[in-house]
Amino acid sequence: MNAYLDNSATTPVSAEAILAMQQALQETWGNPSSRHALGLSAEEMLESARAAIAEKLAAQPEEITFTSGGTEANNLAVLGGAAAMRRRGNRVVITAVEHASVYESAEHLSKLGYDVVRLPVDQYGRISEDDLQRAITPGTILVSVMAVNNETGTCQPVDVVKRIIHANRAPALFHVDAVQAFGKLPVRPAEIDADLLTVSGHKIHGPKGVGALYIRKGVTVLPRVFGGSQEGKIRSGTEPLPAIAGFGAAADNLPDLQTAFTHVSALRDHLVQGLQSLGDVVVNSPPDALPHIVSFSVPGQKSEPMLNFLSQRGVYISSGSACSKGKPSRVLKAMNLAPRVLAGALRVSFTHTSTMDEADKLLWMLGEAMRTLIGQ
Amino acid sequence: MHEVILIKYGELTLKGLNRRSFEERLVKNLKRRLAPLGSFHYTYAQSTLTVAPVGGVSLGGAGTIDNGNVPEAKPVRAAQGDERLPADVVRRVGMVFGIAAYCRALCLPKSMDALLDGAGAFLAHDLLAARTFKCEAKRADKTFPLDSPQISAQLGERLLKQFPHLRVDVHNPEVTVTAEVRDRYIFVHGKQIPGAGGLPAGSSGRVLLLISGGIDSPVAGWMMARRGVNVVGVHFASPPYTGPRAEKKVHTLMGKVAEYTGGSYLHTVQLTRVQEAIKQNCPEELGTVLTRRMMMRVAERIAFAERAEALVTGENLGQVASQTLPALASTDSVCTLPVFRPLIGMDKQEIVAIARRIDTFDTSVLPYEDCCTVFTPKHPRTRPNAEIIAKVEEALDIEALVNACVANEVGTVIV
Repeated sequence: MNAYLDNSATTPVSAEAILAMQQALQETWGNPSSRHALGLSAEEMLESARAAIAEKLAAQPEEITFTSGGTEANNLAVLGGAAAMRRRGNRVVITAVEHASVYESAEHLSKLGYDVVRLPVDQYGRISEDDLQRAITPGTILVSVMAVNNETGTCQPVDVVKRIIHANRAPALFHVDAVQAFGKLPVRPAEIDADLLTVSGHKIHGPKGVGALYIRKGVTVLPRVFGGSQEGKIRSGTEPLPAIAGFGAAADNLPDLQTAFTHVSALRDHLVQGLQSLGDVVVNSPPDALPHIVSFSVPGQKSEPMLNFLSQRGVYISSGSACSKGKPSRVLKAMNLAPRVLAGALRVSFTHTSTMDEADKLLWMLGEAMRTLIGQ
Repeated sequence: MHEVILIKYGELTLKGLNRRSFEERLVKNLKRRLAPLGSFHYTYAQSTLTVAPVGGVSLGGAGTIDNGNVPEAKPVRAAQGDERLPADVVRRVGMVFGIAAYCRALCLPKSMDALLDGAGAFLAHDLLAARTFKCEAKRADKTFPLDSPQISAQLGERLLKQFPHLRVDVHNPEVTVTAEVRDRYIFVHGKQIPGAGGLPAGSSGRVLLLISGGIDSPVAGWMMARRGVNVVGVHFASPPYTGPRAEKKVHTLMGKVAEYTGGSYLHTVQLTRVQEAIKQNCPEELGTVLTRRMMMRVAERIAFAERAEALVTGENLGQVASQTLPALASTDSVCTLPVFRPLIGMDKQEIVAIARRIDTFDTSVLPYEDCCTVFTPKHPRTRPNAEIIAKVEEALDIEALVNACVANEVGTVIV
């Protein structure tokens, strides 16, 4: 039995999503913009997927713009949001632990002359309200804070951001990268007063290559992709209906969040207890992190040999985040971890279908690895 | 009217009595590299090797080299209505060792009109980018009605009409247009392109390259290959400390070197047991030099089996702890074959420049653990003492460790 515990990298595609995609490929293959009957049925399928995503976000369907994934949605929010607000100020506030698709977009803005502030984090990877207070000035046009960090599971105080924006008389748009939170926590942009919010298909058992940006009604974002005016002119290009239909079906078939949360919390508690009994293991995730993500380190053991050892035995986890392919993690560095801890960082990520057996297999093989591998 | 490639040999023209065998080797290599792209005629005359696509002109004559093992003429893949050779043909010629320089030439019927009408369009790419040019003519066939200065003058005049932005500069032109009047055709060509240089692959025997996956070792392999040797590789992997991606990376790198040599072979050795034994039984600060010594022992065994006559490494004096003079002496002392280190006196920037030229750099910098980065001691000994090393190695069953490495070695053909 293999143990796939890398669900923050990607999740297995659900049967419902595969079915929906197959239908879109075989039957509903028309262009949603075509005026004939085939186009119409494709458009209906597109709109029902949009409605499914909107429903999960307690939003209106017209507030959902499909993109090619979380990365493009984050790029659109940061670059398109800042461009739309260009005349209102020059400051963009993000955190030091944002996903690369936000962080690098902000780097690009800073090259264009924007004043980009990257909020520092504490040892658990969390920003402070005081720093937010100080950073958000009346000239701030965009604030982007992730809901849940993809490497540690740390939850950011996204519920206080908009209040601070208002109190400091900033015109800022508030963007939330909710890729890791969506499908695991209730994500309702209206409740936290977010203007923009990113979700992704393949982290919720949908296909890769599709995501969405929630754009609150009345908020303007300038497009970054130009063409045939699809997606309300915000994101041109013929809609990839198979991927979008799969995304919609995956959203429709999300489990009951409360039940799933309880189940994953039990897995996390079991894993953390097991890790502690293995001896020299440091848990980097805070105790109140999203239980789906557990970052830990075996000091003195580099992560790559660990991953190779586990992979040979059918246990699939990751080091840092999968996007960084072996480079030391910027997120964990921002948390000021010791070099030995940093070099040995591993990430386990659960989904609602993960089992105790998988967690046990991981613990067993980790123990084997620590006994077998010779550390530094 | 179609394009041919004119090739100038490199330093093999300096050879004496065995020059002929070097030339034959070069033509054989060239044929093997171009065969998958179509059928070509190879003609040697006036110290130039001409490569012409079959179905174009037959250059015939005394210099024609037997087309050898090409059973059936395959048409050269060129865009329709285009007399130009496909870019792949030109690229491959640029990667064959033994060629000092080559140029793309247009082969024209032997008349002044054909030359004047054909030259401009063929050379447009070079001439549009230049500001100054001159024309030169070489009249091998003295029966041609015009003499060399007349040919150059008429050609220059026509080109100036076609490219009014150009100026003639006979002393320092950006482009020299050369018209060569031969026995049966006129060749016209522009810039010479530098070739890969060196000696034809396979003319100097066979060596075994220790290839890690870093920047240096592929460059070292390429430099030796350029001296005419066949380069076979040995890679030390250390699973699970190193992963499958690191091995894939080395295969890619070996493939880049093989593009120049026309094929190679890679031995992959698992060094895990050796590294663990050293880590557990020997002082940490000697780990690096002890590991290098074990690698050399294993490599030499493989070299003997491969009939390779030397070992090659990418070591570079003073770069890391295992690359000090005493450390290099210590690694050399375990083997009898000569150990070549073509990068020994180079600066990193020079090595990187070659790595970029041979297109290995971007692969080399991919961040995967390799067997040299696992178990790196914090403070490796830079001046290992031979007596101490000998003493320390008593803790290792060297013979058994080397045998196990050689027995479990896996070979892959690299094309």
